[in-house]
Order: sequence, then structure tokens, then C-alpha cells
Amino acid sequence: MTVDGTVALTGPVRPEASQASRVLRRLRRNPLAVVSFAVLAVAILVALFAPWLATYAPEQTDFSNTLAPPGTPGHLLGTDDLGRDVLSRIILGSRSSLIVAALAVFTALAVGVPLGLVAGYFRAADAVISRLTDLMLAFPFLILAVGLAAISGGSLRNAAVAIGISQIPGVIRVVRSDALRLKSLDFVAAAIVDGASDLWVLRRHVLPNATSVVLVQATVAIPAAILGEAVLSFLGLGIQPPEPSLGTMLANAQQFAARAPWAAVLPGLTIMVLALAFNVFGDSLRDALDPKASRR
Amino acid sequence: MSTAYRTSDSVATAPVLDVTDLSVTFRTESGPVSAVDSVSLTLAPGEIVGIVGESGCGKSVTAMSLVGLLPGSARITGSVLLEGKELIGAKPAALRAARGRDIAYIFQEPMSSLNPVLTVGRQITEVLQVHERLSRRAARERAVELLGLVGIPSPRERVRHYPHQLSGGMRQRVMIAMAVACRPKVLVADEPTTALDVTVQAGILDVLRGLRDRLGTSILIITHDLGVMADVADRVVVMYAGRVVERAGIEELFLRPQHHYTAGLLAAAPTPGRHAGSHRLQEIPGLVPVLSEQPDACTFAERCEAASATCRSSAPALEPVALGATGAQGPHLVACWHPRGDAPPPARKVTS
Amino acid sequence: MTTVEQTDDTGVSPEATPEREVVLELDDLVMHFGQVRAVDGVSLSIRRGQVTALVGESGSGKSTVGRCIVRLVEPTAGTVRLAGHDVTHLSRRELRPHRRDVAIVFQDPAGSLDPRMLVGEIVAEPLRLQAGRLSRRERAERVADGLRRVGLRPEVARRYPHELSGGQRQRVSLARALMSAPKLLVADEPTSALDVSVQAAVLNLLADLQRDIGFACLFITHDLAAVEYLADDIAVMYLGQLAEQGSREEIFARPRHPYTQALLAAAPIADPVRQRSRVPVLLGDDLPSAMDPPPGCRFHTRCPVAVARCSEEVPALRLVGGGARVACHLVAQDGTGPDVRTDAPSTTGHPA
Repeated sequence: MTVDGTVALTGPVRPEASQASRVLRRLRRNPLAVVSFAVLAVAILVALFAPWLATYAPEQTDFSNTLAPPGTPGHLLGTDDLGRDVLSRIILGSRSSLIVAALAVFTALAVGVPLGLVAGYFRAADAVISRLTDLMLAFPFLILAVGLAAISGGSLRNAAVAIGISQIPGVIRVVRSDALRLKSLDFVAAAIVDGASDLWVLRRHVLPNATSVVLVQATVAIPAAILGEAVLSFLGLGIQPPEPSLGTMLANAQQFAARAPWAAVLPGLTIMVLALAFNVFGDSLRDALDPKASRR
Repeated sequence: MSTAYRTSDSVATAPVLDVTDLSVTFRTESGPVSAVDSVSLTLAPGEIVGIVGESGCGKSVTAMSLVGLLPGSARITGSVLLEGKELIGAKPAALRAARGRDIAYIFQEPMSSLNPVLTVGRQITEVLQVHERLSRRAARERAVELLGLVGIPSPRERVRHYPHQLSGGMRQRVMIAMAVACRPKVLVADEPTTALDVTVQAGILDVLRGLRDRLGTSILIITHDLGVMADVADRVVVMYAGRVVERAGIEELFLRPQHHYTAGLLAAAPTPGRHAGSHRLQEIPGLVPVLSEQPDACTFAERCEAASATCRSSAPALEPVALGATGAQGPHLVACWHPRGDAPPPARKVTS
Repeated sequence: MTTVEQTDDTGVSPEATPEREVVLELDDLVMHFGQVRAVDGVSLSIRRGQVTALVGESGSGKSTVGRCIVRLVEPTAGTVRLAGHDVTHLSRRELRPHRRDVAIVFQDPAGSLDPRMLVGEIVAEPLRLQAGRLSRRERAERVADGLRRVGLRPEVARRYPHELSGGQRQRVSLARALMSAPKLLVADEPTSALDVSVQAAVLNLLADLQRDIGFACLFITHDLAAVEYLADDIAVMYLGQLAEQGSREEIFARPRHPYTQALLAAAPIADPVRQRSRVPVLLGDDLPSAMDPPPGCRFHTRCPVAVARCSEEVPALRLVGGGARVACHLVAQDGTGPDVRTDAPSTTGHPA
């Protein structure tokens, strides 16, 4: 018996490292993941250094230079109807988008993960939480946003809260189903037999094992939040002018879209690239986390 | 149960299935993995040949490569002749036609291979309508007949049942009925009883034997269970780490295992009349290696007590052993530099 | 630290006291899940140092008995007494002091270890939950001792479960289960998912540990060969009830219940000559549903020798000559009765 044990460990233990490094390796080998990650990295860096990168203050108008096309000296991506620099507004607008998305997703996870864990783990709580989830799913997101804007005015924070609330049910659902799956596994049973409390099981076994679905859900929620922010701002329920936002830029550019298409196309394109990059990266992450996809 | 064995020699016909130098390599994230290395075996008409080995030995990959079930990441070389027709590299359409009609496959888990929304009768008749172009009515009659053949009681009612209405053993019987619907020459059964209870397993093995006796089907059975092998196989192929290490008639193999791995396997299984108080099961120390390429060495050498320097520097070929008696069940081949010869079958160590 | 005392305590040779303390006592245990009558009146007791096998096929309720004992579920009726304490209906909090008396090892070596934890953390978990405050070093030492005890090197503590083989993982499970020096180990199919050679090593290890430490063990399995190797006593379960119970020698030499006989006849022996000379007992495949068990003797629908009385009257589990307990109308008080392996037509359940 000792022979087996010792020999077994000098023998070929599979050269696999921790899950994190395995996931990283898989991501590195997927060109889509690398490209989308690069786009996101650039976007986040730009957002971080936005105040230094934007050459103009976003509200700064230049009535002598309105609707300048891209390529105009001093205005790389042109100007809008008030002569504001499109590039600077896109940089600061995408920063707002990312901030709203981060706040929204943080809100959704902060509320959704605990509720999902509890719903999946305790059968009694499940009935209540799941009905609540159904109710939230049935409640139109725009009406919620209008309501919030009516009560305390449109703002970045309110947009984030409205979007975050609308994303809570999705988070609850995925976390709940993963908690249900994990609850039935033998290592949870083993811990219970050793006298572990529910809190212990949830904190040490269920939550750590649910992180991968939470991560994937976050990468799905972020692009949805970016689009949500654009919609709210477009409708005037989110970030208020003159503060720059990709959504308000789109709304504004509508009026003169025929004469200056770039003022509408460029922020629209930015929204698309950001959302696409998050979605693609999320998909790659999901594939990389899938233990069954090892042979491919 | 008959004690008679079918032999490839006594039936002096060409094998229905002739596998030569079959190799399979998978591309994986951590580099290539050699799953099967130069496997050769034959299956005579009406013969039951078993492939035995532990997980990772390549027995299932071998079976799946015969019927074209491997994923695209597999690189297959060598030759598989089914009644003289080459299957490796055959066109997908030709392969599809052969699959089901000439060679059929049954899986370990019958539930996942049956369609839950169709009655079992419908699933069998579909096979018949596709391959045999039978009319609906004729196909229905054949389905009832087939269910009877695999020992399903009151088949006329059972054809109308859905898979979930059947027990695990019944489902496996239905799978077998579907597999033999077109009277294939070769049936590949991959761990057909592993998911079943012993009392049910006995019935399934009986059905397989019955198919061979009544229809003359040749059966390649893949199993890790030496008891199952002892029950149904005429000849046995022992695989280890992708290679065939030994090939012999069933009695010969159990009586005079030549490879040390085969002997180890036989001694590891608990057998009747042995208790921990007086006996110890033999362990095979170490693990089956995962190989990126096949080395020029015996892959069992690291775990073998008889291994010498030769074993580690040169791969032994699969060659006939010179033993006193040549078994009635064909030659006894072994890939070992130091075959066990006439050493008695491995006894379980007796503790004082 | 009471654990140390316990280790000393259990170190006493179990042979010293002829009438050893009863560690587990089940009295008319019933566990229903809604309509499903998984366990329906099972009584059983295990003394210290004794290995009792609970044998049955899928759906027999054997695993549910195990889960009732470790109180993963709360029994519907009956009592579970662990080391003299009635734990049947205790709450999670009230159970805590009794948790160290019992531990469980599961079948699936992959699912029973948390993939996010290091082996060292997994093995240390019972200590953190039960042993009160231990310094980091003390805990690391205890973990290293635990790993060494099951034949693993202490360095394994720094690995993740997925880096280990199936056999190594099962050793980790065992190390963890034995951490709190339990009086009773419930081993639920601990070797069923393992390869033959690995299974041999785990069975040997279990036998060694049991002999050295002297814990009582409920060995839940469908594998009769493993049972014969490991168990002192055997209880055979069928559809939620005990069919037969007795010493290993008694059950294997003179099985009395037709189900036990069929089970023994169905398990293939890894010896082609002996296996092929046996008369098979083929039961029908259709195991009745535990939602609607047959009236009378639950086995009568598949029993080759059933008479009218069997479908009307429930047979009680009673002591017969020879010391075994049997629940069958056809077994006389002196222990004689029909043997389906020789008396019955070889096929039943199939109206031909």
C-alpha cells in the first residue's frame, strides 16, 4: 500500500496547473479572446486617462467650426452642430458608459449573488425569491428608469441603478441554478456530515465554485448595461447634457445626421465595438471555463 | 451455457473484420496524445472477441475508430477492413451506409442513445426503413420480431412504449435490437453492461451470446470486467496504454497469462473464497501513463517488477509465445521481453 | 484534545473484548421521499471493529440507508442510534457533537472533493469544524499524518484534486473521513468508479486501516466480490427491505433467499472454465418501482420459485437454522429451502 502511494506520486502526475492558469492558457490560445481583450484593455485605459487624452473639454463649443468633417486639423473626428470635438466627447462618453456599466453590474451582483445563493440552497427561500424574480422580469425596465428619473432626475447614478436593478433577475437565475447543482454534490454532503453550518457550506464551497458562472454572467451583463445606458441617455433619462454620453451624442446627432453622419456614426460605432468586445470576451471566457471543452 | 468456444482456426474463413496497425492520436491543448498505437486484431465470423483494459488503455477509442465515431481532433492511421472493404479514409457517405448495415455499435448508456420522444417501435422501424427500404407494415413486424429476439417479454405491446417507460436493462435490449435490425456482420459493444445491475447484466450477456448463435453475428466486446470477459469472449485482446500487450484464447489467457500486466490484472480482482483476513489483493503500483508519443520502450516497464534495461530501451513486438501447447483458440501472442512462460497463474498473496 | 485520546482508545485491539460495543443500531428505519418508499423498515446493528456490507442493486435503497445514518436526510420513521445516542431526529445543531462519531466516503472520487480547495484544506476541514482551535502547524501535522496513513506523501496537501488520479483522490477522501477518528465509517460504493488494479489498492487499504484502527464500517456496494473480500457480515437489500442477513461465510456458502442466490449466480467469476460451467439464473429485467412496490414479498414478481402465498403475505425477516436471518416463506425453520440455482427453470420473467 505504501508502495503504491509513493510510487504513484513520483509517477506521471498530470502536468496540469491550477484552474486559473489553465483558463488563462486557453484564453491566450483563442485569437478572438486576445483581440477582444485588447480592445477592452484599450477602452479601459482610455477611460482611466480620459481627462488627459481628451484634447478639448467636452462642453467646449466652437461656433466658427461647427459640423467639421473628420480630418479637420485640430478635430481628428470632426465636430458636432455646436462645434464640440467629437473625439473628446467619444472618449469621455465611453468613460461614462463604462462607469455606468460597472456600477450597474456591481449593483446587480451585490444583490443578485446572495439572493441566488440563498434561493438555490434553501428550498423555503426559493419560492419567495423565485416569485420575486418573475415579478422583476415582468416589470418593464424603461418604466423603472422613467420612474427613477421622475423621482430624482436623470443622472449617471440613477441610470446605473435602473440598469442594475433590471439585471438582478438574470444574476439570481444563473447563481441559483449553479447553487442547486453544487448543493447536490458529494463534497457538500461530506462537509455537512462533518458538522458544517449552512453559512460555512455557502461561503467555503458553494460561492467559490459559483465564481465562474458569476464571472461569465458579468461579461454578459456589462455590454447589456452599455447598451442600456445609451438607450436611457438617448431618451434623456440618463446622463444629462451637456455632460457627454454616447447616448446623448446619438440623440443630438439625429437632427443633422444627413449633413454630418460622422457625429452619429462614430458614437454608434463606439457603442457597438465596446458591446461586441465584451460579448466576444465573455463567450471566450465561458468556453475557457468549461471543463468539458478540454479536447478541441 | 455452452462451454464450447468458437475459434478463428476451426472456421477457416477470412475474418469479417481485420484491423492492422491502427493508430489514433488526438490533438489537445497540452499537445498530442497518442491513444492507440499500432493495434492489430481480427474477428472471425461468429466469433466473440473481447478487448480488455483499464481506463486510458485505448480500448474505447479503438472501438469508436472502427465505426467512425471519433471527433475531428483525432488522427487515424492504419487499416480497418470490413469484409475486405477499407473503412479508414472511406467517404462519409460510404461510412454511413456501412454503419448500421454492416457494422453496428452499442453504447454503455442506453438512455442517452435513445430518442425520448419516439416509441421504441418507431425507432427500430426507422432504422429498417432507411437501410432496408421495408414498408411500414413489414418494418413494424420486424421490430416486434427483433424485440422478441433480444428477450423482451410481450414485444407486441412493448413496441408502443417510450424509452422512459422501460428499465435500464430493457433499454439496453432495445439498443441491441436496433443495432442488429439490419443483421450487421459485426457488432461492437462498448461496455454494454457497465451501467447495469448484475442480475440484469447476466440477461444482456445471454442476448449477445444468442445473437452470435442464432444470427452468426461477430461481436467485439469492450469491457474492463474480467468476469464479463470470462463469460462471453472466445478470444481476448489485452490493451495497455494504447498498445495490444497480449492476445490469446480465453482459457489460455486466464490459465497462462504471459504479460505481467495481464497477470497483475487477474490477480487484482477479488475472487470467490478470498477474504482480507487471509489474503491480499495484488496491486499494480503506479499509473497508466498519458503519452504524447509512443516511446521505443515497453510502456509498462515503469510498473513492472520483471522489467530490465531492454524493456526501457526497446519496444517489444507482439509475437507468438512458444509454449508447450498451442491453444485450440488460435496463437497466443504477447508483447513482452520477459514473458512469464510456464509460471503458474498469479496467486493472490496469502498473508500469514 | 479529545481526538488524541480517541486514537489511543481505538488503538486497543478489538479482539480483546468479545462482546464489543454496538456502534450503530438501526431499528425499523423508514425513509420515504414523497411517494418513493426508498427504505421501508430496515433493522441492523454493527459492533466496533466489524465490517458489515449492505449489498443491493440500484434502486434497493442501500445508499439512502447510508445517508440516513450520517443524517444527510431525516428518516421518516424508525431510529438511528450512533454509539448509543438516538440521532434520528436531532437538528443540525444538536447533531454537531455526534458528527465525529461517523464519517462517510462516497463513490465518485471526482465529486467528493471540492475542486477549488487544495488537498490539504480538504483533509483539514473536519479538524476546523470539530477539533476546536488548533495552530496552523498542529493542523498541518495532523493533515500530513492523515495523508501518510492512507499511503500518500504529505506533499500531496499542496495539490488540487484534479491533479490526482482516481485512486489517489479516493485515498484523500479516506484520509479526510478518518481525520476525526470516527467510530463508524460509511463507505458508499468506495471502489465502484475505480479500475481493477486501483480498486485492489483501495480495498487493501480499507482492510488495513480497518484492522489497525478498528473502526466499524458499513460497506455499501453492489460488488459481491469486494464484499467477500472485505465484509464480516452481509445484509442483502431488495426494494427498500432486507432480504437476508448473516455472516459472510454463511451467505456465500448457503445463501437462502432466492434473491441472494440469484445475485450470487449472476455475478460473473473471472475464470472462464468455472464461469461457463455455471447455470445462469436469469431474472426478468423489470425491477418494480419503489413508488408502488409489489404486495407480499417484494421479490415475488421476479422470483423463479414464487408461490401464491408470496404475493399475498409479507415474509418477516426471521432467524433460521445456521444463524442467518431470511425473509422468505419458502425457507424452513431449519434453514432448508429451494435453491434457484439448481431447482428452477433457468429462465423466468420471460414468457417465451
